[in-house]
Amino acid sequence: MKITYAIKRKLLQIIALGCSNAHLLNFKGGKIYTGKWKQFCNPGLNCYSCPAAGFACPIGALQAVNGSMQFSFSFYVTGLLLAFGLLLGRAVCGWLCPFGLLQELIHKIPSPKWHLKKGFLYVKYVVLVVFVLILPIAATDYMGMGKPAFCQYICPAGTLEGGLFLLAAHENLRNAIGALFGLKAAILILTLIGCVLVYRCFCRVLCPLGAIYGLFNKFSIFHLTVDSHKCVGCGKCKDVCQMEVDPVKTPDSAECIRCGACADACPTGAVCLGFSTKRGKSLA
Amino acid sequence: MGSKTKIWARAAGLITSCVFLIYGLHRGEAGVVLNKAVNICLECIGLG
Ligand code: SF4
Ligand code: SF4
Ligand code: SF4
Repeated sequence: MKITYAIKRKLLQIIALGCSNAHLLNFKGGKIYTGKWKQFCNPGLNCYSCPAAGFACPIGALQAVNGSMQFSFSFYVTGLLLAFGLLLGRAVCGWLCPFGLLQELIHKIPSPKWHLKKGFLYVKYVVLVVFVLILPIAATDYMGMGKPAFCQYICPAGTLEGGLFLLAAHENLRNAIGALFGLKAAILILTLIGCVLVYRCFCRVLCPLGAIYGLFNKFSIFHLTVDSHKCVGCGKCKDVCQMEVDPVKTPDSAECIRCGACADACPTGAVCLGFSTKRGKSLA
Repeated sequence: MGSKTKIWARAAGLITSCVFLIYGLHRGEAGVVLNKAVNICLECIGLG
């Protein structure tokens, strides 16, 4: 039996989910893990307020340091993102991100499936610049502390992974529910419906981490190539791509999550995915 | 983009990431991350 990218990817996604969320017993008491490992960031989006989370969320960490009283730019988190991006690019999204896996599972719910209008793809860059980079530094209180605006006003991963479980466990937290929670719950519901209808709707429209890693797809060591000598122009790769990328024309597209579905579908083995640079010759 | 340019860009980026990481750790940023991550973040859960 041929071990396809689909099988390898699913296995790694499950392993990554387990490694990122190993503290399952915390769900029982509504606690969160408080050990030293939380100073390190997960490569994918995984809320540090999730009871099971063992690492920090890189987007939360970036906002926390940038908005802190001591620092206004995080060399540490930027260095980590640069390293993950250069090594893997958006393969982090395709292979390692727990919230990406969750969206793929939700999309399996039977329903009409929609294509995404191209304009929506740019929204995540606005979210990254305004909510992750500018607001935590610019909107500070009298002590010079900024709030993590993306977590506060948008992030459905935080509401789902942290909010729902912790609110269910603690009455004092439930008593503090207000309009802000209403806004975040509405965004979560819209995101979940969006993910049923559109493949990885949150990743493509809203996720600032996906926006960052997408910028690295042109340079990342893990990359995709299409061998011009083997490609017969059948278009099967484009047809199977759920991120709506044409790997023949744009193998380095910022939307490509390096899932390998196109490589599995190619009848001539022209599409290659991996760390080696000698695997194929790009058509683009 | 030529493959040589790509290799140079990767090398420069990886060196930069190491320098950033070491400098960030040296000035104590990991402590700020840890402090944020080990306390329930009210903004994340929709209360902050
Ligand atoms: S709310 Fe979202 S961005 Fe903020 S720490 Fe949680 S998962 Fe990360
Ligand atoms: S786009 Fe964001 S949520 Fe989606 S897989 Fe990538 S990091 Fe995870
Ligand atoms: S182009 Fe290929 S590897 Fe990239 S997202 Fe589409 S199917 Fe997956």
